[in-house]
Amino acid sequence: MAMRFDLLLPLLAILVKVGVVLVALLTAVAYAVWLERKVVARIQSRWGPYRVGPHGLLQPVADALKIFFKEDIVPSDADRVVYWLAPFLAFTLALLSIAVIPFGTSITIGGHTIPFQIADLNVGLLFVLAVTSLGVYGVALAGWSSNSKYPLLGGLRSSAQMISYELSLGLGVVGVVMVAGSLSLREIVERQSDLWNVFVQPVGFLLYFTAAIAETNRVPFDLPEGESELVGGFHTEYSSFKFAMFFMAEYANIVTVSCLATLLFFGGWLGPVFGPPLLRALLPVLWFCLKVFCFLFLYIWIRGTLPRFRYDQLMAFGWKFLLPVGLLNVLVTSLILAWRST
Amino acid sequence: MAPLFYVLATVAILAALCLVLERTPVYSALSLIVVLCSLAVIYLLLGAEFLAVVQVIVYAGAIMVLFVLVIMLLNARQETSTDRSRLARWLGAPLLLAFLGEVIFAVWQRFPPETAPAATALVGGPRAIGELLFRNYVLPFEVTSILILVAVLGAVVLAKKRL
Repeated sequence: MAMRFDLLLPLLAILVKVGVVLVALLTAVAYAVWLERKVVARIQSRWGPYRVGPHGLLQPVADALKIFFKEDIVPSDADRVVYWLAPFLAFTLALLSIAVIPFGTSITIGGHTIPFQIADLNVGLLFVLAVTSLGVYGVALAGWSSNSKYPLLGGLRSSAQMISYELSLGLGVVGVVMVAGSLSLREIVERQSDLWNVFVQPVGFLLYFTAAIAETNRVPFDLPEGESELVGGFHTEYSSFKFAMFFMAEYANIVTVSCLATLLFFGGWLGPVFGPPLLRALLPVLWFCLKVFCFLFLYIWIRGTLPRFRYDQLMAFGWKFLLPVGLLNVLVTSLILAWRST
Repeated sequence: MAPLFYVLATVAILAALCLVLERTPVYSALSLIVVLCSLAVIYLLLGAEFLAVVQVIVYAGAIMVLFVLVIMLLNARQETSTDRSRLARWLGAPLLLAFLGEVIFAVWQRFPPETAPAATALVGGPRAIGELLFRNYVLPFEVTSILILVAVLGAVVLAKKRL
């Protein structure tokens, strides 16, 4: 029986971790929407949601109920299969990359060390980039299958934008990989115990964060949904639950991107650790969550502050400014590393 | 791991059949993505994490995106079947069977089942692949990259001429 238990515990730990991370992510998504409405309202001298619960705290619940009871409309000539597939694809991919995000060191229960991470791939960083690169399909297929002109234009625009900014995103990260000498997210964080990467790779961080905003289709790069030109972008024809999936996917992507920024540039879960063993295990998770929260706030702050780019400006900025700067950053970093190693 | 392999292999083969038999181009492209992703998971099962991720990034995330976008932009609808050539009908099946038989025989001869390499024996880490690419095969690697660059430039020149 003892051996059985040995086999069972890691499996149970994984299931519990998957459950906890999923619930935490979905809650974070729901309350990121609430936070966004509140903060943007504050920036614009309004109250924001205030009626449902104290300070509108139950607003996400009300929104979810409302959206489930809406009529689900499918355009008459839509390609049914792809029209169904697109939101599920977008949502699944948005949830997938959180699997390799480490959010703390580890906890020891009954002699078993359980790391605060669902799957520790030795190429975790590349896994996140791979899942991000698949994210284009949700948007492109949604725009195409709706069989309607505004979604098609929006889908094409955002596909072009995501493909263009993926390159800068990758180049911004290459510097960190070279400094850390590893593609494992856990090792990249552990290498930052002396100095956070944001001080070693400031250009890399700016590149990554700018490209990440564009990759998640947010202001000032929210061209795909530019309401005044495209009605609502690729998801114009979507309603009810399928619309909610796109919406949740967008916010889940923001959370993932913020997690990655924290891990790569701001030392992940590193921070002052003290007290009894349990507190020692949980404090890193708290530091990690705090840093991610700062990034979420920054996202919303940027949305409340900056106007939208024009489409040609956006493409020119990506290809003619961000990409060369990224290449230069890689070159300079490799030269410095080579000079140091001699 | 073996049952998981058979599930993935079945998925890959079904998707590949779908790719060939499907009349709507977008479905064919999507089936090809399924084939590529299930191959990536098979690499993952073999312990080649780097190769699996690169497979997804390069093929599913970049090349197939281009395919799908082109199909969407041309708005290609259902294929219409042309008059099938009689030669293909009579020669196609036997030739296909002969080819399949040859491939299976070659693989069987090279790797008898009992000497199949163990999954852990494969070295597929980023460091191993990087060292192979940039030490042993650096010339072919660079020549290939120049070839791709030439192809890209050629495509741009051809497209510009038409504008």
